[in-house]
Amino acid sequence: MSFIVIAVIVLGAIGLVAAIVLYVLSKKFAVQEDPRLGEVAALLPGANCGGCGFPGCGGLADALVKGADAGSIDGLFCPVGGSAVMGEVADLLGMAVANSEPMVAVVRCNGTCENRPKVSEYSGLRTCTAMNACGAGETACGYGCLGCGDCVSACQFGAIYINPETGIAEVDEEKCTSCGACVKACPRNIIELRKKGPKGRRVYVSCMNRDKGPAAMKACKVSCIGCGKCEKECPFGAIKVEGNLSYIDFNLCRLCRKCVNVCPTHAIEAVNFPAPKPKADKCGTGCGDGKCGIRK
Amino acid sequence: MNIRTFSIGGIHPEENKLSHDIATVAAPLPKQAIFPLSQHIGAPAKAIVKKGDKVKVGTMIAEAGGFVSAPVYSSVSGTVFKIDSVIDATGYRKPVIIINVEGDEWEETIDRSDKLETLAAHPELTPEEIVERIKIAGVTGMGGAGFPTFIKLCPPPTAKAECVIINAVECEPYITADFRLMMEHSDEILVGLDLLMKAAKVEKGYIGIETNKPEAIELFERKTAGDSRIEIVPLKQRYPQGGEKQLVDAVTGRQVPAPPAIPVNVGAIVQNVGTAYAVYEAVMKHKPLFERYTTVTGKKLAKPGNFLVRMGTPMKELIDLCGGMPEGDNKLLAGGPMMGKALMNTEVPVCKGTNSVTVISGDEAKRKPAQPCIRCAKCVSVCPMGLEPFLLATLSAKKMFERAEQEEIVSCIECGSCQFTCPSHRPILDNVRYGKSTVMGIIRARNAKK
Repeated sequence: MSFIVIAVIVLGAIGLVAAIVLYVLSKKFAVQEDPRLGEVAALLPGANCGGCGFPGCGGLADALVKGADAGSIDGLFCPVGGSAVMGEVADLLGMAVANSEPMVAVVRCNGTCENRPKVSEYSGLRTCTAMNACGAGETACGYGCLGCGDCVSACQFGAIYINPETGIAEVDEEKCTSCGACVKACPRNIIELRKKGPKGRRVYVSCMNRDKGPAAMKACKVSCIGCGKCEKECPFGAIKVEGNLSYIDFNLCRLCRKCVNVCPTHAIEAVNFPAPKPKADKCGTGCGDGKCGIRK
Repeated sequence: MNIRTFSIGGIHPEENKLSHDIATVAAPLPKQAIFPLSQHIGAPAKAIVKKGDKVKVGTMIAEAGGFVSAPVYSSVSGTVFKIDSVIDATGYRKPVIIINVEGDEWEETIDRSDKLETLAAHPELTPEEIVERIKIAGVTGMGGAGFPTFIKLCPPPTAKAECVIINAVECEPYITADFRLMMEHSDEILVGLDLLMKAAKVEKGYIGIETNKPEAIELFERKTAGDSRIEIVPLKQRYPQGGEKQLVDAVTGRQVPAPPAIPVNVGAIVQNVGTAYAVYEAVMKHKPLFERYTTVTGKKLAKPGNFLVRMGTPMKELIDLCGGMPEGDNKLLAGGPMMGKALMNTEVPVCKGTNSVTVISGDEAKRKPAQPCIRCAKCVSVCPMGLEPFLLATLSAKKMFERAEQEEIVSCIECGSCQFTCPSHRPILDNVRYGKSTVMGIIRARNAKK
């Protein structure tokens, strides 16, 4: 039995020596880390999506702590956690609450199989980047959704998917954290982060086609033809038509939906509004509270 | 006969040179000609005509838009209908000039006689004068890529040209336009080579021809028998021998280093045989580049043929000359089946670089479903650049661009040999192409920062 005892003693001694060495070294070469760093990192969602512009949550925590020491954490924001998490972080660091409105990714294309007929067949690698590189894709529109799902594979939250019926990408608002990964992944830049809006109500131009009217209409029934009717109609100056394409500035838009009604091709989408009720509100513009000052 | 070829890789696809023996005919004038402003590598040309202007054959309609650029000339006479955008060979809308054809009136400066002008008869032509005339005539590479020719003749000060190599390889299946041009205009091509040699100030010229064109080899050997400066080099049939770097390797035995090195860094200037002919016409006949030899081919086409086409002619009119589009689904390519670009519609015009219009029909055009990689390494053995295509494809798909750059992804010439040979039908080239363009973007951004 003695060799077992010897083995135990030898191993125990090695373990003890190693423990002492490690203890001494860890004390001698200890890295002084700001304790707030760990606390901030614990508050952040830990998704490591990179939506804040830093490589992972640790990077943002580091920047936040450094920012707090410098006196400002403006411009640092976690899109996934949103205002709630940033409020907690700001409290912890003793800074003013960084406030930002919730955003959501919006796919600006409505070129469903019905609206935008296929003109050719693509048999190459089925990714949007590959398809985009060799031409306009399977339809005649060189601007719209290709439907191969580069955004789907970029999303870490399962918030975007290709609708099998329409063949275009759709965003699940509940799951979308507005990290912006899909915006970067889309080779045609059709995905945009827009304000989520009150009760999720938003108005946007669901088209990116910059071709002239007839060419755009030929490619897709619901394309923006750049006619400018919406620009004239908008009472808030939120709409600009540039390069045959209309764009609604979500900071100026007051959700009156007048543009939706005048658009001849129905390229402007209004989402999450209740079904129209006759004479539901005083001013009749759809603003809901009658304070927008517009009489019908 | 000493038959040479390049040192590594290569494949030999089925040749299908259907129009090999069919003499070239001039295609009829189109009703409306479409001139894209970007027919070459580099900055697009700038339109200098406006709606309603009258133009003649050979009138400049767009000037060079920068140093690396080339002017565009009208190939028809008529009225400028509009300056618009149409879907071109890239699949996207690009600016074009559209001209309604009326009659066929040529600019007076163009010499339309068939008289052969030799360089010996024009000793007044200095190298600078030749380069200037090539530049003004808008001559670009006629083999497909379309690099402005005059730039190739003015090598950077660090490199010294030693020889001009005429690329008469035509290794791509189906295409026969260069072969027909060689058979029908051999004297003009040799004068063109003389001009190129004088412009580049070199004393040695090679013409590389694959052995599947014995008539052309025999013809050129006979015509150059008394000229020690020019050597005809018979080459073994192998794709992609027509690639610049492969041709330099095959003809001179010198290997062009990795990018940014170009053939002139090893002393060679490579020009397509069509370019040599265009140079002859530009310098000796004052005829700008507005016509070219184009093959219209396909197994299901009733009458494939070779045509002398005015640029701007929609491809549909050429296909109609050959008996019209076959029934069913077809794949239309600008270029041959290996390097050609699939087109979205038949209205795309013939440009400076359109050496062929190829129609591949039905099931032949469709890809087979991709299977898992079986690690056979066939793609590695056929890569003419000595790369590892399977690895580059995987790195690109996984977005590992730093590693892809280390593995020399930018050396890829996109010849497609890897994808052609893959027994699992994997989309190797699609992935590599994506990775290459991304890595090149990263490198450009890095250089811009410096």
